[in-house]
Formats: sequence, structure tokens, C-alpha cells
Amino acid sequence: MSVKQQQARESALEAKGVEPELYASRPKIYPQSVQGRFRRIKWIILALTLGVYYLLPFVRWDRGPNAPAQAVLVDLEHHRFYFFFIEIWPQEIYHLTGLLILAAVTLFLMNALAGRVWCGYLCPQTVWTDLFFAVERLIEGDRRDRMRKAGEKWNLETFAQAILKHWAWLMIAWWTGGAWVLYFADAPTLVYQLATFQAEPIAYISIAVLTFTTYFFAGYMREQVCTYMCPWPRIQAALTDEYALNVTYRYERGEPRGSLKKNVSLRESGKPAGDCVDCHQCVNVCPTGVDIRDGLQLDCIQCGLCIDACDTVMMQIHRPTGLIGYDTDINVKRREAGLAELPARYLRPRTIFYAAIIAVVGSSMAYALATRVNSGLAVMHDRNPLFVRLHDGAIRNAYAVRLSNKIAEPRSFELRVEGFEPEQIEAAGGTRGANGWPVLAVGPDQTLEDRVFLTLPRGKAGAREHHDDDKRDITFILDDLASGTSIRVRDHFMQPSGEKH
Amino acid sequence: MSIASHESEHVDAHTGTSTTGHEWDGIRELNTPLPRWWLWMLYGSIVWAIGYMIVYPAVPLVSSYTKGVFGWSARGAVTAELADLQSARAPMVNALAAASFADIEKDPKMLAFARAQGKAAFGDNCAGCHGAGGGGSKAFPNLVDDDWLWGGKLEDIQQTLTHGIRSADPQARAGNMPVFGEGVLKPTEISLVADYVRSLSGLDVAKGVDLAAGGKIFAENCAACHGDNAKGNLELGSPNLTDEIWLYGSDKATIVEGINKGRGGVMPNWGERLDAGTIKALAVYVRTLGGGR
Repeated sequence: MSVKQQQARESALEAKGVEPELYASRPKIYPQSVQGRFRRIKWIILALTLGVYYLLPFVRWDRGPNAPAQAVLVDLEHHRFYFFFIEIWPQEIYHLTGLLILAAVTLFLMNALAGRVWCGYLCPQTVWTDLFFAVERLIEGDRRDRMRKAGEKWNLETFAQAILKHWAWLMIAWWTGGAWVLYFADAPTLVYQLATFQAEPIAYISIAVLTFTTYFFAGYMREQVCTYMCPWPRIQAALTDEYALNVTYRYERGEPRGSLKKNVSLRESGKPAGDCVDCHQCVNVCPTGVDIRDGLQLDCIQCGLCIDACDTVMMQIHRPTGLIGYDTDINVKRREAGLAELPARYLRPRTIFYAAIIAVVGSSMAYALATRVNSGLAVMHDRNPLFVRLHDGAIRNAYAVRLSNKIAEPRSFELRVEGFEPEQIEAAGGTRGANGWPVLAVGPDQTLEDRVFLTLPRGKAGAREHHDDDKRDITFILDDLASGTSIRVRDHFMQPSGEKH
Repeated sequence: MSIASHESEHVDAHTGTSTTGHEWDGIRELNTPLPRWWLWMLYGSIVWAIGYMIVYPAVPLVSSYTKGVFGWSARGAVTAELADLQSARAPMVNALAAASFADIEKDPKMLAFARAQGKAAFGDNCAGCHGAGGGGSKAFPNLVDDDWLWGGKLEDIQQTLTHGIRSADPQARAGNMPVFGEGVLKPTEISLVADYVRSLSGLDVAKGVDLAAGGKIFAENCAACHGDNAKGNLELGSPNLTDEIWLYGSDKATIVEGINKGRGGVMPNWGERLDAGTIKALAVYVRTLGGGR
């Protein structure tokens, strides 16, 4: 039931004094095939996005013998994320935050420039639904055939076609789930393990879940995901402005609509006649079943297929194309008021603001990645006991330190403490370097946890830099012996209150 | 439905649904049927519950309960999980029990395992007296320092852990601070020797105290255990009185109390409760905390 029919029914009910029903069952949509510019763009984007999704796990990237050779890998077991030349540790998860901010603001920018570009061309829901439509059309025929078959009783042909269609859908869905898990393990190995039933149960469970969701969302839920489940149409409506390009029916040109013959004769007699011949092609091709002639609406994902359909018809009846096209609200209003159209205004405070956010976040992330320190030092003072008195009256503090080596080569680090003598620091398992400071070896792409003792003999503490009698500020310095880079970490040395040190 | 049967069946004109027959000031209650999916879930749950009662423990009886055909029990599940844990750990635990301390310290993997197991065992068994970090408190030795009454080598610590100190174990470390009050020494003598002992580690002593007299009392009564130089004796567990570490405290009143009443804390013999591997792990862990000597 279309929106208009629904509204007509509601007003009829109200006239009878009966409250309109709040529930409307979903009308099944049988989109018709269409050819044209936007259909072509959608095919190309579909091939590109799905190609990337399905094949990316197999792309190799050499990182040396101590790291995986998969270009994009979420290594949950070892807590690493690899993306070509980028490697991220769990504590650097803020890169993901930056990526999410970039994604959100890019979405806003796309919306400010050309409406629901994401919804119409790029959203996985749109792309997979489009693929499922194509499969359905290939097997069961175009709109008319499918509608006819839906009204008929089952026969051998329709039954066989239905089986084939669902099998094809399930295969696509299964492949979708299968590609997903390949991002979490070495892809060729996992494919072999999956095929020989040696993979982890979680791999099979993930594939099963994603097979089901793909099959269900792209095969059955379709436009309902966009109209009922997705928050973006609601947010998008609040973010758009009158300069944003949107798929628009130019009603001042199309109305009054009427049959081709009627409108031709009206036009010849000098009476007002629109270009819209009310052929319903724009509605028939729509994957969400809306009538674009009702104006911009929540259900419309702005995929541009109605533009292709209408242009085809306009060319057949020898009228100018573009009765439906990308247009701005401001131009719709201006034409209504008899004013000249404005050229598209891409540079607006809104778009500049979004672009600036993208530039700032993007360049901060690039800077963070470019200057990423590939070693780390974390120091934690023992809390219990805070200090220990040794038999000769010296005071010793203990620290748990963790050294991180974020490159795929083994490295040695020298650990120093400012204001202390080399012999006053002791690291378990460390050797002594040339200057007497402890030297610790950390394996490739690993961390090393160690215990470090600092001891101050009685009367050797020197001047205190801190106002608090019980605690002195100290600084740990970790030197990478190969590259000479250093990391400094501040901590404290605790001692008994009022002790003469 | 009895109420409905008394009255004529009333059907709500607006919805076409019959009513329950209840009426309040003209407002009738619709007898809306339950959704079918809901009913099927209810029936399904009932079937499930029956099956569950058959296979799992379910019905309490007078002194027992129905065991269920699967024979499952919560205690059995815990026992099985613990057994799984034991068998998973077995190779490392056995290796630890068999290895010498020198081997453990040489092998980083073994050392890491010993530390991890020692840490868990310490929290369960030792932290109650010695503190979570091994810092100790009055009468409970600090395990992080370098003053060890009975020796701070790994073998000494293992011995102390296994047999305890003044415990019921026949091989326990024995020897305590005797009572010097109650007629053995006069209160003035105890005061003198306490001042003398404080002077040994450089603690303040009141002016005019006769330290030489205190030293004489010390030589006659204390040196047998604490040594002529008061540096203690590991064999007897007698503390070094010249260092800065005091198990009970270094103030004069505490020292006088110790001489008067004697001292003798008890360390349990953990060999009774813990296996040899765990005790080894504990010794290693305590050492890596910074303790031992």
C-alpha cells in the first residue's frame, strides 16, 4: 500500500468516525530493472566494495619473520591490529576513535554536499540488497514476472526457481560471513582449516551468524532496515540544508501530470501541462517503494534509480531529461517564486566546517602514526609495602616496570633513574651496561615485565626536590641502545616520614 | 469462563473482540487472545522444564533430591574443572617440584611459572599474616627486606615454609626468646640491658645510663644466643640486635617487654598443606619480591 493509498484510507475512516489503524502491514516491493547513469555507478561501486571486502584478507604484506604477512589483520589472540604499514597495540585504540570520528564527519559532509550518498550507493545494506535483487531478477525474472508468480499457486517452475534463488542467496550470505572471519586470522590457513573442519568453533559460529543476518537483512528485511531500524535517516533529516543536492522531482515542470496524449493536446492548445506522464516508472524501479513525486521523504535512500527511469521515459517521449534529478531545495523554492536557479554552492560554512574537522582529525592521526614511538615504559610503584628498610638502614623502593618493544626485531634497553647512581638500581634478569646501568632485552613485538629496586643508603639521599617529606620525585629513563631514543617516566621514591636522609 | 457464560456473550463493536464480562462503570475488559508466538513459547518452556527435571537434579525430597538421569551436580562440575586445571598444570608443576632452585632461576619460563604460582599461593596462604605485599607487621616478619632470622637463601626459605617455626612439625625450627622477668633478672637490670641493646644500633639512650653495666648483663645472659657481638645466630633464629630491623619494635618499652616475657611467634608447617612444588614456587616468589639474603 502506497503512502497515498494509506492516507486516503485513513481520511475515509476518519470521515466515518472510526479511528485510523496505527498498524500498516508491509507492502512487498518488486523493483523493476533499469538502465542508466546511476545504475551504472551503482554497479561499479557494488563491484568495487564487494571486491575489496571479499578479497582484501588475501592481500599479503611482508613485515619480516616475526610478524604476520597479512595486509589487514585483527589479531585478537596477540592483541594486535595490522593495516598495511600500520600496527596498532591495544593501548593505541584511540586510533579507532579517530577513525570513527572521521567516518561520522565524512558522512555529514557527504550529506551536506549530495544528500544520502551513503544510503544510496555505499551502505552495506544497500549494496547487498542490490546484489540480492540482481540474483532474484536473474532467476525469477523482472518485476512483472515476479509479481505474477507471487500471485500464482506453486508450480514446478516457480518452485525450482525459488529453491535456486534461496540457494544462491545463502551462498552469497555464506561467503559474506566466510570473508568476515578471514580478517581475524591468516586467510589462506583459515580457508584450509575451515574446509577441513579444523577451524575454531567461533569461526563457524561467526560464519553462521553472519550468513543468517546477510540472508535475512538483504533477502527479507531489505528497505525495512532503512526505514525502521537505521537511525541515520532521522539524523540526516536534521542535518540537511536547502543547499544540499537531493534527488528531487521538479514538480513545477512535471505538474499537472497526465497521460501523454492529454498533456500533448493541452500543451498544443496553450493550456498548462506538465511533463510527468504518470507512467509510474520512478515508483516501479524504486528499491524502497516510494513515490519520489511526493517529495523528499524518510524512506527514500536517494539511489538515483528513479532519475534513470524517468530520463529513459523522457527520451522516449522526446522531452528534456532531468524531470527527476539532483537538485537543491533553494532552487526548488526559487523556481516556484519565478527566480533564476543558483549554481551549486559546495563551499558553505557547513561544508567548510566539516572539511576542517576531517582535515584536523585526519592530520592528527597521520601525525600520531608518523611519530609513533615504537618503545614503551610503564612504571608502577609497589603499594604494599611502600618502602622497605634494610638491615643497614638503607631504604629500598620496588617498582613493577613494563617495557614494550613495538618493532619486529629484538632490542636492548638501558634503564636509568635520574639522581641515582647505577649501583642503586637493580633490575631482575638484567645485565649491566657500559656505564653500569641495567640493560634489559625485550623480544620482537613483545613486552617485558620486570621488578626494579631502588635503594638509597642512609644519609645519601641528597636534597629533596619535593615539598612532601615522605616522597621524592624521580624520573625513569629508558634508552633504546640501537637508535638512541629515550622515554622518560616520572614516579616517586617513598621514605619513612621524618627520616633523616 | 463462568462469568461470561452467565451473561450473554458481549462483543466489542470497535475491535470485534469479545469481552471478559467484567464491567466497571461501562468500561469493559477486552478478552484479547494471547499472541500465538507467545503461547508456543510458553508450551515450549513447559516441555523444556519437564525434560530439564528429568535429566537434571530438580525435586527436593525429605533427606535427598532427585539426581536426574545425567547425574550432574554442581560439586561434581567444580571437581572436574579443578581436575582439568591440575592436569593442565601438571607438566609444569611436576617439573617445578623436580627442579633445583638453580635450574629454576636459569630457565625464564620456569621462573615465570614459579612466580605466578607463588603469587597466587602467597595471596591464599601467606598474605593474612605477612601482608599482601609481604611487608609484614609487628611480630610478623617483613619478607621483603634483607634481614632473615633463619636464613634468607632459597633452601632456607623452603625449609622454613615446609616445617614451620615452633610448629607441631618435629623438624620445625626451634628456639625462642626465654622469659627473663619473673625473678631471672631484676627490673633495673632489664632496663639497663635494654638501653645497652638500643645503643648497639645507634638508637638514643637517656643520659647517665650505665651502658657498661648493661653490657655486662648482656654478656652474661644474652650473648649465648645473640652472640658476643650481638649479631644473632641463624641456627637459633636469634635476631641481629645491631641492625635497623626490629620484628617487634625498637622502642625501649617493647624491648623491655620482650626481655620480661620472652618472644616466640609461630610459623605454621606448610608442608602439611601445600605440595613441594608450591612451596618451591613460594620461596622463589618471596625472593623476587626483594626478600632473602
